Amino acid sequence: MKNINFDHKVVEMKNITKKFGNFTANDNINLTVHKGEIHALLGENGAGKSTLMNILYGLYQPTMGEIYINGEKTNITDPNVAIKKGIGMVHQHFMLVEPFTVAENIVLGMEPTSTLGTMNMKKAVKNVEDISKQYGLHVKPNEKIQDISVGMQQRVEILKALYRGADTLILDEPTAVLTPQEIKELIQIMRNLTTQGKTIIIITHKLKEIKEAADYCTIIRRGKHVDTVEVKSTTEDELASKMVGREVSFKVEKEQKQRGDVGLKIENLVVKDNRGIDAVRGLSLEVHVGEILGVAGVDGNGQTELIEALTGLRSITSGKVTVNGNDVTNKTPKEIFQNKIASIPEDRQKRGLVLDYTIAENMVLENYGEQPFSKNGILNKLEINKFAKDLIEKFDVRPNDETIKTRALSGGNQQKVIIAREVTNDPDILIAAQPTRGLDVGAIEFVHKSLVRQRDNDKAVLLVSLELDEVMNVSDRIAVIYEGKIVGIVDAKDADEKSLGLMMAGGGSQQ
Amino acid sequence: MKKQSLSNKVIDFLAKGNLAFTITSIILGFLIGAVVLALAGFNPVEAYTIMIQGIFSRPSYIAWTIIRSTPIIITGLSVAFAFRTGLFNIGAEGQFIIGAIAAAVVGYAVELPAIIHIPLVFLAAITAAGLWGGIAGYLKAKFGVHEVISTIMLNWIALYLNNYIVRIEGFQRPGAQRSHEIHESARIIVLEQWKRTPEGREWMRGSEFFGDILRTPVNWGFVVAIILAVIVWYLLNKTTLGYELKAVGFNRHAAEYAGINVPKSMLTSMIIAGALAGAAGGLHVMGISRSIASLAAMEGYGFDGIAVALIGANTSIGAVLAGLLFSAIQYGGTKIQPTLGAPTEVINIMIGTIVFFIAMPKLIKYFAQQLKKKRGAKNAG
Repeated sequence: MKNINFDHKVVEMKNITKKFGNFTANDNINLTVHKGEIHALLGENGAGKSTLMNILYGLYQPTMGEIYINGEKTNITDPNVAIKKGIGMVHQHFMLVEPFTVAENIVLGMEPTSTLGTMNMKKAVKNVEDISKQYGLHVKPNEKIQDISVGMQQRVEILKALYRGADTLILDEPTAVLTPQEIKELIQIMRNLTTQGKTIIIITHKLKEIKEAADYCTIIRRGKHVDTVEVKSTTEDELASKMVGREVSFKVEKEQKQRGDVGLKIENLVVKDNRGIDAVRGLSLEVHVGEILGVAGVDGNGQTELIEALTGLRSITSGKVTVNGNDVTNKTPKEIFQNKIASIPEDRQKRGLVLDYTIAENMVLENYGEQPFSKNGILNKLEINKFAKDLIEKFDVRPNDETIKTRALSGGNQQKVIIAREVTNDPDILIAAQPTRGLDVGAIEFVHKSLVRQRDNDKAVLLVSLELDEVMNVSDRIAVIYEGKIVGIVDAKDADEKSLGLMMAGGGSQQ
Repeated sequence: MKKQSLSNKVIDFLAKGNLAFTITSIILGFLIGAVVLALAGFNPVEAYTIMIQGIFSRPSYIAWTIIRSTPIIITGLSVAFAFRTGLFNIGAEGQFIIGAIAAAVVGYAVELPAIIHIPLVFLAAITAAGLWGGIAGYLKAKFGVHEVISTIMLNWIALYLNNYIVRIEGFQRPGAQRSHEIHESARIIVLEQWKRTPEGREWMRGSEFFGDILRTPVNWGFVVAIILAVIVWYLLNKTTLGYELKAVGFNRHAAEYAGINVPKSMLTSMIIAGALAGAAGGLHVMGISRSIASLAAMEGYGFDGIAVALIGANTSIGAVLAGLLFSAIQYGGTKIQPTLGAPTEVINIMIGTIVFFIAMPKLIKYFAQQLKKKRGAKNAG
């Protein structure tokens, strides 16, 4: 707060309206950001916050409205104008050249040259070292992008913007890809930058981070400006209800429940990763019916390989998987599906949906071959559409139209389509991998309720998530995965963040 | 102001609809083709008039256009089908050749009543070419060999296989670089024998319209092409097989996740694409050429099919219309040369230019969107 200069309006967007055809993405939005401030832009998926920032960065032109930069009316026709005006943007998906080094990426487009016009690599490295020291953003200039972590790549992106003289940084969903530790570091970096006179606008839907990092928060709902609040005088609940437009509960409501027999049994599972190295190393786990077993762990400890092995996408080197006593080890995805295992995949756009298919076509992706959806190899579109309409209604998929392509849906609604499909198959076992990744509060609430409902119907639910909060909130029991093994199982009501975090880092197991 | 809004409307129209680009690019193609003619010193208006007259002025011209469109409509369907299922079938050329070989062999080697012989020859053509296409599908499914590479190789193998088979003793027509003709019972040329009888000749002389049409080798191939177009449309849009194949084409990871057998789908898809191109080759032998010749180079029916599929936006109806258009331009183009005295090269460059522009509606779309973006910037300012 002490860094904010209230007399200096770095960015002022007035009455911004942006229409795409008949759809109004931004409806008369005002945004004022002062120098030295961390300003959060909060809204659900599809609320229009990214659109607003793309306008500021010159990627879109507003249909109506005016933009003032440092008090001067500016017409930002393309990103080059924005960069000249000191605005930098770090996109959610990084724009880096993977085989290039950190330094090469940062100076790209404005490379220092020697007299003969050749690139002066030494000077580039020196420049990068200087700027990284100045802002306390430590990177190794000579490492290749493909070899460094996602958190590091993000730093490179930030440095890239700073190297181009950015005074105002727009960060689009910067924490979506980071581990909890990296998020802490990022927040520290943002604070450092403001003490040096930089201004930061952060697009997010994570309330916890806003509470921790931001000074002010502007809330957008369905393209409209709802409120701008001082963060320290508000609560997460208040922010959430302003964002969603109704009260939201963070606490997952569930009743005590006696768990039943073992539904899914994994014994000494060994699975290799893409490089042929063991990623799952003798993992054993039992999931009972009527319980949600959460698997917590840092990314890259074998979670992806475990799920792919369980769903038939990756071959199992050794070990055994049984469902209700039936061996499903190394079965095809179809056979596994027929054994009443359903799953919500980790990457919904890659695995979960055929994006160019309609909602209706995606709803029957696993059972299009069965009656009434088809007969003798001929599809019955009438039945498929009826079925889809029903599910859209039941799971509140928006927009309410079974004939539109799932590509056009927001992330939350795409996830609803997948959950509707998987749950309606009435599985005995539900495997949910990162089911709420990238979703907003409202959608997360929905997903969690769906998982609990499965458990209440005496199904076994295996939840694998990188979000520790989620695992702790939803699960009945928590298993911690580390280097391809379960290093501890605790009852959710006895679990605390600290001891789980310790186990996730490989320290001290309880078994 | 009014003018501005009108031009904006035009740009909007172009940036949205697909049919709009296709039509615009066709017009653009003809305009640039006109420039080519003008540069070579010929009057484009005159040339295009000759061309249009050469397509429409007589029933037999129209018949020729339709006859020549038949093989490229079907190879267009083959490429379009593969494309809709995520595969790029460059191999329609080779599959066409294999279909033609099979038809020529079965059409000559056995003698049966037409009602059995014709379906048998057709079946032989699609089976052989289906298996030929299946080779590329198998290589892709099993070993991950990209279908573009394997089908190009298979095209050449098919070409030399053709030349080898043509020269086999007993099959080669003595003194010619061709095979023997297929039996009449295997041909699908309309009223072929009757046309040669005295009564037939008499009737043809008497009837201006039908007589003129019957002077061309008008055959049932076009009808089969339309039927195949309907089958492809039905298969892709109404059956579980089409649903599976398209799902694999759009997103094989999701298809795999949902339990669809991805390798099998790829194989199936290439077999069907091959069978279609083979049908084109078979019908060509049964309806027009009646034999196969030793080939010095590719005939281009398969490659034209790629352009037809592209212009037709990979749809069945699109392939039929684009095939007719393509055939009309090619056939009409040949008329310019003798009348105007323009060298064949100039005519070919003109045809090439037109086709080039027709085949790239994407470019038009790109320009329209760029223009729209710029205007948007101006309006905001």
